[in-house]
Amino acid sequence: MQRIAEAGKETAVREHSEAIAFVAMVCVLIIAPFFAYPVFLMKALCFALFACAFNLLIGYVGLLSFGHALFFGWASYITAHAAKVWGFPPELAILSGTAAAAGLGAIVGALAIRRQGIYFAMITLALAQMMYFFAVQAPFTHGEDGIQAVPRGKLFGLIDLANQTNMYVTVLVIFLGCFLLIYRIINSPFGEVLKAIRENEARAISLGYRTERFKLVAFVLSATFAGVAGATKALVFQLASLTDVDWPMSGEVILMTLVGGLGTLFGPVAGAFFMVTLENYLTTIGQWVFVVQGLIFVVCVLLFRRGIVGELAQLLRVKL
Amino acid sequence: MKRLFSLTALAVVFGCGCAQAQYSDGSIKIGVMNDMSGTYSDLSGQGSVIAARMAVEDFGAAAKGMKVEIVGADHQNKPDVGSNVVRTWIDVDKVDVIVDVPTSSVALAVNEIVRDKNKVFLVSGAAASDLTGPKCTPNTIHWTYDTWALANGTGKAIVKTGGDTWFFLTADYAFGHALERDTAAVVEKNGGKVLGKVRHPFPGTDFSSFLLQAQASKAKIIGLANAGADTINSIKQASEFGITQGGQNLAALLAFITDVHALGLQTAQGLIMTEAWYWDLNDANREFAKKFAPQDRGVHPTMVHAGVYSAVTHYLKAVEALKSDADGKAVVAKMKEMPTDDKLFGKGVVRADGRKIHPMYLFEVKKPAESKAPWDYYKLRATIPADEAFRPLADGGCPLVKS
Amino acid sequence: MFELLGISSQALFGQLLIGLINGSFYALLSLGLAVIFGMLNIINFSHGAQYMLGAFTAYFLLLYAGLGYWWAIIIAPIVVGITGIIVERLFLQWLYKLDHLYGLLLTFGLALIFEGTFRNFFGSSGLPYSVPPTLQGGQNLGFMFLPNYRAWVVAFSLAVCLTTWFVIERTKLGSYLRAATENPTLVRAFGINVPRMITLTYGFGVALAALAGVMAAPIYNVSPQMGANLIIVVFAVVVIGGMGSIMGAIVTGFGLGIIEGLTKVFFPEASNTVIFIIMAIVLLIRPAGLFGRSA
Repeated sequence: MQRIAEAGKETAVREHSEAIAFVAMVCVLIIAPFFAYPVFLMKALCFALFACAFNLLIGYVGLLSFGHALFFGWASYITAHAAKVWGFPPELAILSGTAAAAGLGAIVGALAIRRQGIYFAMITLALAQMMYFFAVQAPFTHGEDGIQAVPRGKLFGLIDLANQTNMYVTVLVIFLGCFLLIYRIINSPFGEVLKAIRENEARAISLGYRTERFKLVAFVLSATFAGVAGATKALVFQLASLTDVDWPMSGEVILMTLVGGLGTLFGPVAGAFFMVTLENYLTTIGQWVFVVQGLIFVVCVLLFRRGIVGELAQLLRVKL
Repeated sequence: MKRLFSLTALAVVFGCGCAQAQYSDGSIKIGVMNDMSGTYSDLSGQGSVIAARMAVEDFGAAAKGMKVEIVGADHQNKPDVGSNVVRTWIDVDKVDVIVDVPTSSVALAVNEIVRDKNKVFLVSGAAASDLTGPKCTPNTIHWTYDTWALANGTGKAIVKTGGDTWFFLTADYAFGHALERDTAAVVEKNGGKVLGKVRHPFPGTDFSSFLLQAQASKAKIIGLANAGADTINSIKQASEFGITQGGQNLAALLAFITDVHALGLQTAQGLIMTEAWYWDLNDANREFAKKFAPQDRGVHPTMVHAGVYSAVTHYLKAVEALKSDADGKAVVAKMKEMPTDDKLFGKGVVRADGRKIHPMYLFEVKKPAESKAPWDYYKLRATIPADEAFRPLADGGCPLVKS
Repeated sequence: MFELLGISSQALFGQLLIGLINGSFYALLSLGLAVIFGMLNIINFSHGAQYMLGAFTAYFLLLYAGLGYWWAIIIAPIVVGITGIIVERLFLQWLYKLDHLYGLLLTFGLALIFEGTFRNFFGSSGLPYSVPPTLQGGQNLGFMFLPNYRAWVVAFSLAVCLTTWFVIERTKLGSYLRAATENPTLVRAFGINVPRMITLTYGFGVALAALAGVMAAPIYNVSPQMGANLIIVVFAVVVIGGMGSIMGAIVTGFGLGIIEGLTKVFFPEASNTVIFIIMAIVLLIRPAGLFGRSA
């Protein structure tokens, strides 16, 4: 009887592993600004959200998009433009950027979904590159200069975001909110169909699901969340530049998700924090940073495919 | 990947701590930020850090009891990387003055941050004339050169010496457009004609089709409104297609002696350009170059390096006079109040809009036979006196200038 | 002569010729990619880096061994091809059983390593490499001055492309390769060493990239970044042509070079994007590409 009771306790922890991890994450993020440079933390949070958005597509639908910087960067531009030129308050500016990302997601998705696997990746890459060149030339992006001196404004007309603490709390709330939304999407009937498509699309079709539609919706959702990340980032750094739409940025988010753990809930967050911290501390070694990132890619793909969180989850035999 | 900065912290500490003056955190921290690994690394790069160090030494900071530290960083020509570095430098590392910053997009971003945090920004590498125009601030001084001075120098002087028909090859981004616009205005004002222009994607690799169009226009001068690798490639390919041999001259609207070095005299001969400083102009410059070159792998100092030296020297003078480096606005005001005088640029002045004034020079690249030694590349075609070299104070649109 | 939309026919022919020259590079590079993809089903993201390695090998051969362009054309592809073989044996072979996307990610990581290492030693500015003396100068064709070297580029690329196509599509060796792509197990059962063929094919594709690099060295800047932005365009070319089709890659490469050349004349600002726009259109009409078989 005792052993059964103990086993029951064990499963309880296992079942709630995700909730426990979530609470732990929130606690860490609340006390972090007292120990680390807040701007650095906000950067990590924006990228964590970006990686979570990307993970939605690769981890749960099985589609590798090599052009996610498109949504991240263009949301960043639209938000910056809205805040600076149209004078939108921050919440509307972020919404505008997100809406733009969603719209772009619908268009790119419609074109790219027709193919799978490698073809899909190549198409997203090429479309993203096309939009990069468009960003270089469009007058409102100011090309090389980017959109600078973006005002952070007053959230809801009350909270002055120029104050670092206010900004941090806002970014944290946005991140946690989107994180919970993604969780909800993954653990819903819709999410189950997505996972079914990832496992065996032919079978899902034979069961009567219109897989094309599901994939498109998932793509647009992923693009939208990437847009939220980009929009927030524009306000944090008060700058939207070409770096955000360039293809190395797409590669960066792939690396973060890969290192953190594809298809896990917390993997992208861990991966983002890991990479941003790594980049910060590797600054003394100059251009070797790219080499280090390349090495991480190679090692992860060959030996470490589950990523940090994936390996941890495997070790502890929990779901993370 | 390319989003981050490499902080090569060369903390060079001078002097002891016994100060009658109160400097923020007890020391004056100079941050030299530029392109340390990319296309502008030769004309600025580590050389600017060396120039800053030489300025501090020659100023005698140690003997005067001033503790001066110099740090360097790479902005990779990206405004987001540059802003991050500067923000961290000011917030966390307590840097007091930012120096150099080539690449106008980065300089403009840094310009805003330095104003918000009330530090000092001494621009030597960047070209955007907006820094003393609509974007001027009480915390920034634009030292060595700008697009207006280049356009005026190269454009006007070339037209006056017979190059009166122009065709522009422009990099299709904000900086290229600005350079083309400013130069075209000067050319037409001085009686020349712009026969046509073509915009190439930025960055470009193959300019052959654009150069063909330039050749077909039969303009006497082909104006290259681009910079860095684009300029070098355009010149190389122009030579390949026999354009210079065919009698047309190339005018590089933004080029440095390091570009000529990369091209070699065979390809670059006859090129016309405007610079603010040349190492072989007089004895003081030559002496500086002799001390500088061995420290920078034999690379001779460019006008950007000289500008860093001059700016840092003047900054230290102002800080010494004020006995404080805490208030950026106050230091810059002092720098505008005191006339400048250093061994590289001689006597000069900093205007109300933050523009440092000195003469500019029009050079032509020598033929291989005319060059007697490495880095002996220029012959002087004209000197533009200081009061004509830069945009008139009233024309800039700088809010600091009371009209 | 005649005028077309404000451009004289002379200028037009000149631009078409230039487009053809650029197209040669697209064709050579997309050929290598198509060969590798056709055989291994892996998108070789390090193709751009290998192109760069070819150019640098030529530079080193000249600088340290005094061996000029004609030696480089033979030695560089072999040397870089061998590094390709090493890569395949060390890394790629473990990934064939996995999702093909891992191959893409691995080669992407390798590209970062190659480019980062070279950037660290050589910065981003270019290194000089001059046109070989025998090919210097040019011909005055009346409508333009054609440098001899550029004419050589077109001729040689065409020759290499057509030879490769012939070998793969019309010879016994080529038929083994194509059979092994479709059904490796069966071909192995016939006693043909499939893994060795795969390794050599990868090496060959890489060697093609390096060859393009050597040919680019005299006219484009030899710099660590030279492949990075070119590779995306080449991907677009391969997608348009049809991912596994050899003839598709060749025809599309040259064709797109010409279209890009024309765009530079009539609408230069769009010359960077025109290839991607075409790709989007082709994907809407023919998702498998112009010459591709639907996968």
